[in-house]
Order: sequence, then structure tokens, then C-alpha cells
Amino acid sequence: MPKAESSTDPNSTGPQQIPGSEIIWDTLVNLGVETVFGYPGGAIMPAYDSMVKFPIHHVLVRHEQGASHMADGFARVAGKVGVCVATSGPGATNLVTGIANAMLDGIPMVAITGQVNSALIGSDAFQETDITGVTLPITKHNVVVDRPEDISAAIKEAFHIASSGRPGPVLVDITKDAQQARCEYEFDPRPVELPGYRPEYSTDSNDIARAAEMIAAAKRPIIFSGHGVVRSGSSEVLKELVDKTQIPVASTLLGLGGFPASHERALGMMGMHGESWVNKAVQQADLIIAIGMRFDDRVTGNLANYARQAKKIHIEQDPAEINKNVIVELPLVGDAKAILDQLLPIAKKGDIEGWLAHIDHMKGDDAVIDIKELPDNGKLYAAHVIHELWKKTDGRAIIVTDVGQHQMWETQYYHHDYPRRLVTSGGLGTMGFALPAAIGAQFGDRDAEVWVVAGDGGFQMTAAELSTIQQEKLPVKIAIINNGFLGMVRQWQEMFFEGRYVSTPMLSPDFVKLADAHGMDAFRATTLEEAADAIAKARAIDGPALIDFRVVQEDSVYPMVATGKDLDDMIRRPDGSTEGPAVADLSKQKHIKNPLIETGDDE
Amino acid sequence: MTTTTESGESTDNLRTFVAYVEDKPGVLNRIASLFRRRNYNIIALNVGRTHEPGISRMTFQVTADAGMAKRIEANLYKMVNVLSIEDISEVQRMVRDLCLIKVNVAAERRTEVLNLVEIFRARAVDVSTDTMTVEITGAQGKIQGLVDALRPFGIVEMVQTGTVAMSRGTQGVAARMAHTVSAGGQAPAARRSAGSMT
Repeated sequence: MPKAESSTDPNSTGPQQIPGSEIIWDTLVNLGVETVFGYPGGAIMPAYDSMVKFPIHHVLVRHEQGASHMADGFARVAGKVGVCVATSGPGATNLVTGIANAMLDGIPMVAITGQVNSALIGSDAFQETDITGVTLPITKHNVVVDRPEDISAAIKEAFHIASSGRPGPVLVDITKDAQQARCEYEFDPRPVELPGYRPEYSTDSNDIARAAEMIAAAKRPIIFSGHGVVRSGSSEVLKELVDKTQIPVASTLLGLGGFPASHERALGMMGMHGESWVNKAVQQADLIIAIGMRFDDRVTGNLANYARQAKKIHIEQDPAEINKNVIVELPLVGDAKAILDQLLPIAKKGDIEGWLAHIDHMKGDDAVIDIKELPDNGKLYAAHVIHELWKKTDGRAIIVTDVGQHQMWETQYYHHDYPRRLVTSGGLGTMGFALPAAIGAQFGDRDAEVWVVAGDGGFQMTAAELSTIQQEKLPVKIAIINNGFLGMVRQWQEMFFEGRYVSTPMLSPDFVKLADAHGMDAFRATTLEEAADAIAKARAIDGPALIDFRVVQEDSVYPMVATGKDLDDMIRRPDGSTEGPAVADLSKQKHIKNPLIETGDDE
Repeated sequence: MTTTTESGESTDNLRTFVAYVEDKPGVLNRIASLFRRRNYNIIALNVGRTHEPGISRMTFQVTADAGMAKRIEANLYKMVNVLSIEDISEVQRMVRDLCLIKVNVAAERRTEVLNLVEIFRARAVDVSTDTMTVEITGAQGKIQGLVDALRPFGIVEMVQTGTVAMSRGTQGVAARMAHTVSAGGQAPAARRSAGSMT
């Protein structure tokens, strides 16, 4: 290519003439990047060749989907931009699921992809895919770079866009000739200026004063704590606000940990698998203060009958979310922390004693039945495993879940008191997320105890990353909640498809042998006692470990709001559960309908 | 039922937006992709250069209620390449399409057609033995009126630009807008009072 040849002219003088491949890494290093997750290939090879000159740790994944999930997991734990790298064509398209996942959950991610030579673009060249076209609707922004002069600015802008406002993934597609060509380069430390990108909003103080008035006047207020609380670092100020106003707090899935689960006013998760008293409280509230959440359909149930008695204050940084699903009386657009900081000094506790007593009544004295008090019936329930994991780790581990029943049980039985300790795919519901995301999470906090909690189905989607764990010598622990089914789909088949288990029974490999093949310690547990023992053993190992928990096969997550039903129209655990007489006997003994799984007073 | 203003523009939930966008490859694709993804129904779309280098101006018309219009505005505001966006549906505005209509007309009926052209303040731009081509500028209602009037002669072909629009009065839609947001949650610049008729 003449262009590349002329700019790689050995006689050119400037000492700062470096190839685009080096500009990529120098820019990343200047932006504070230490770890990237990726996979080499033809169109990105010049960049890989230059990488070794820079203080960058590259994690070689086994499939590029793993790279995007790792960057995602890293970002959620570290609160920084996660970076993944792939080649053109199949390398880039393999990133797509992870990019879409980051888009829906608002995760700051920069994906760097190689692209074929600029002269070949549009010619259907080998491994050519229009990846900016493919990712257009699933990125916050994307760009093709075909000149070395543009690489640094493009990456800087990508970081700025990915991490500001409502975060999201940005893809930078760099042609091979742009990586090879040289140009004069010096990192420009000045802040990025993009005339069309203004993600910050200031909130009118009159509106905040109005919010304080609405709070003081409310008789049945409830706070929703969403992902925005975690992302904006609002946990402390939210806690102060709740201590001052005593307003009970319900959480979204991604909001878990943003407000401590052990707090007296914490209600737990709301929505499709929320606790009964939370969903009832939502439906009965006269004021909702929704912070950093977007009224997803899994949270609201049937919109027509959703929280009809409540006025709504919506604190949200993305104006496009206002009045999207739920019409609100008072939108406060801006950074959640900045708004809560202004709200805290003027907020007053209203006359809500009756409301608090009512919620306590709904919860009942035995709101959370301690499973360990129940007699062992010889069977292992997923709830047991997660409860045991919570106890053994003192609630301090980073739990990275996959998607399905185990994910919901995690929310019910692992009580998160700290933000950024639950890593889970919320919006996209991506099976296969847990194992790679946990690798990223471990890089996000090298000292943390990281546990994968995955089903047997989702685990197998990305199980190849076991060898990445070994290659990187990471102490990630893996709990497979193995019920031999695609459990959540099976549950829906049981409830809504007359029990036709189409394509949900799943044969799995011997997970203990699979771990062994990777040189990883592994255990199997089929009883509560074995489960507790296996968790203790795995924690004692100074390296990775895997546990195959053989749990009850046809258990279901309760309570459940079926799709399209009202939020307080919940399916409850039936008496004499499908899982045999042991449970039914127990419920007779204890005079409770719901001895193991359902945690609330079943009224 | 669709009603029209005196300028002939349909008013039933028809919203008119003006956006300034960076003149870069793929920007139109991004905006079209957003409309498709969010299920917004585009009635008309026009993009063209402006007096400022590197900045294009888009006019688009969408059927949307007021709530959806705000979200359309907010979603476009978020796009990196969109410099400004304003819903001018509530202000006095000029709305125009340009249309070329080639109609079958033999020599003996040319006067008839020219009379119609005169009534509609259109103009004849090309004549051949058997056809005449008419150019008309105006809002949709006016153009439709001429099309209906010419139809009996036999229309050979016609072509329209997308709608372009501009608010009346002294102020224009700023190409670059400041950071402001109202309690309504929408992103855009301050509302102007309706411009004077000129």
C-alpha cells in the first residue's frame, strides 16, 4: 500500500514517528488501562505485535464473547472502563453478545477491533465484517479509524463517551493499515471535547425542593434503589437519607448492594421474583422515589395496574428514560449523587409510622426463615447452597451469577451489604455471562474472593474459559447449581406450557472431571452437609476450585409474577411442593406453606 | 381523520423536528437506525448542507404524541453526532417540499395545464411534444392539490424532496446548544415564543 509505504519511510526524521499499533497502547496506558481482554487475529496482529512494548497485561480468552464479558465484569467491580480487543470478522462478531449486554446494563466498555486494510473495505475481503454497522444499535457510539493520526483521539473519545453520562460500550474499529502506518504522535492529555455530546444535566433546585415537600407529605413512601445508585457512588448519601426519613427501600436486580440488605429499612428486591411484601408495598405506596432505575418490565409487571396510588419522583441521568414506561409526576434529571446530596439536607421524615408498621406486619416476624433451622430432609436445595455461601463468606464475596433460577435464588439468599459485589446480567439476561465476567471481576479487585454462581446450562456456554482461569492463575471459585435442566425455562414450561419439558432436560459432562482436566480442584455435593463442607474446602484452597452442587431437579423460584400480571398477583409455592413428600411434611410440621424457598409471611 | 393547517400541513400527531448533525459518514444511518430500533415512524426526512462547513441540517417529520416526541428528542440529543435537536411543532414555521411532476399533455391542452400551474403558483420547467414537467414548492397539502388536479391528464412520473422546515421570526435553531434541561426531562434548548409572520 503506497500510503503505508510512504509513511514508514526509514528516512523520515521525526523521532515521534511511531506506528498506529503503538499509538493504540500508548493511548490506553495514558488513560490508565493496565489489563485488556482479547484474542489476536489477522487484522489486529500489528497491534498485538506492539503490545509487548507497553505495561499492559493481556488476558487471552478462549472465545471473544468471553473478552467482552470480562471487560464488563471488570468494569462493574472496578468502576472503570473495561477494554476488550478482537480481530476483524468473526473476532468482532463474537464480541457482540457481550457488547449488547453492556449496552442494556449501562456498563462502560471500550471494544477495539481490527479491520481489514482500508483499501479493501467493502470488497468482502477475508474476515471483513462491517462491525460498526453490526454494532450500531448496541453501542453508545462506534467509529472506524483508517489513519494513524486519528487513533489516539478516537480511543480517548471512546473512553469519555463510555464512562460519562449513562455509561455504555463504544467500539473503535481500526484498519490494519492504520495500525501499520506511522505518524508523529504525542499523547494529548487535554480533556475530550465533543460538541454534540453533553451528557451532564443540572437539576433545578426548585424541583429538588418540591421533591422534599412530596416526601414530607407522603404517608406511604417507598424508595427504589437502582443501578444508578451503585454507579454514581450514592450508597452513603442514600443511607443517610433513609436514616433521616425512615423511608423503606426496595431494590432492583442491579441495585442490590447499593443499599445494605441488612439495613432496618431494606425491603429486598422487587419485581417478577421480588419478595411478596416488597411488591405489595410498591402497589400500596402513595409516593415512589425511584433512583437510577428505568421501570423495566421485570420490575413493574402489568403497567396498567402498576403502583396506581403512587406519585412518582424519578431521579435519572438519562432524559430518554423519563416517562418511557411509567408516567412520573416529578422527573429529576441528573447525577443521582448530586441530586441526593442536595435533597438530603432539606428532606424531612413524614408521618409514616403506620406505613412502617404495616410493612413490618406484611413481612411477619419470620420474614426471613433461617434455612439452617429447618431439619435436613436429605435433599439439597439451591437455596441451601447460596445461603451457605453467604454465611461462609460473611456476605463479603463478589458473586458473579449467570442467568436463570440460580440468579434469582442468589438475590433471595445472598444478602448484599456492599455495592459492586454482585455482578449479574440484568437487562439482556445473558447465559454464559458468569464465568468470563468473574475473570474480569477478579482483575477488577485482585484481593476479593470471587465466586461464580451458575447453572449447569449457562456454565457450559462459556466453560472454555476455565483454562483462562488456569492460565492467569486466578483464585476464582465456581459453584455450579446443577439440576439437570434449563431450570427457568423448565419452570415456565411447568407453569405456562402444561409441563411439556421441551428441550430443557440437559446432559452435562462430569463437572468434577472437567475441572480435573483443567488441573483444578473440584468437589461434588449432594446434601446440605456436603455442600457446607465443599464450600469450606474450596475456600481453603489458594487457587481456583469448582463445586458441582447436585440440587433438587424440579424446584421453582417463588414468588413469581407471571408476565403481564399485576405486580402483587404472585404465584406462591404450592403446598406439598412438586419435590416430594419431604417438603410437604415439613410444611405441615411448621404450619408454614413455604418452608424452604419462600422467605416471606405467606398471607 | 387528518386535518390540515392553512399551509396544508397535516397536524394529527405530526411532529416536525430540526436537527443539526455533524457531516460525517454514517450519521444518517445512525439516526435511521435509532428510528427503526425505537419503532418511530418517519413520515419525511431531509438532510442537506448548511452555511457552516461540516454541519448538516436535518428536517424530519414523525407521527408521535407529545410524550413520544419528547423521548424522540431526548434520544436524538444523546447521539454523539447530533449537535442540536429541536421540536418546532409548536411554533410558527415554514414547511416546504419541492416536487417535480411530469404530466401527459398534448400541445392543444397545454394552456389548461399552465392555468392550473398558475393557480398553484407552480411553474413549468420542461416541455416536450407530449409532456410537460411542473415544479411546485410548498407544504404537502398544496402539492397534493396540484397532483390531484393534474391526475386526469395522466401523470408520467413525479418526485418529491423530503420536507424542509424552518421556524419563522428572528431566532433560529442554534446549531450548538447549551446544557439545559427542563423539569419535563427533555434535553433541548429553551423554547422560543412563536415568531412573527413575515
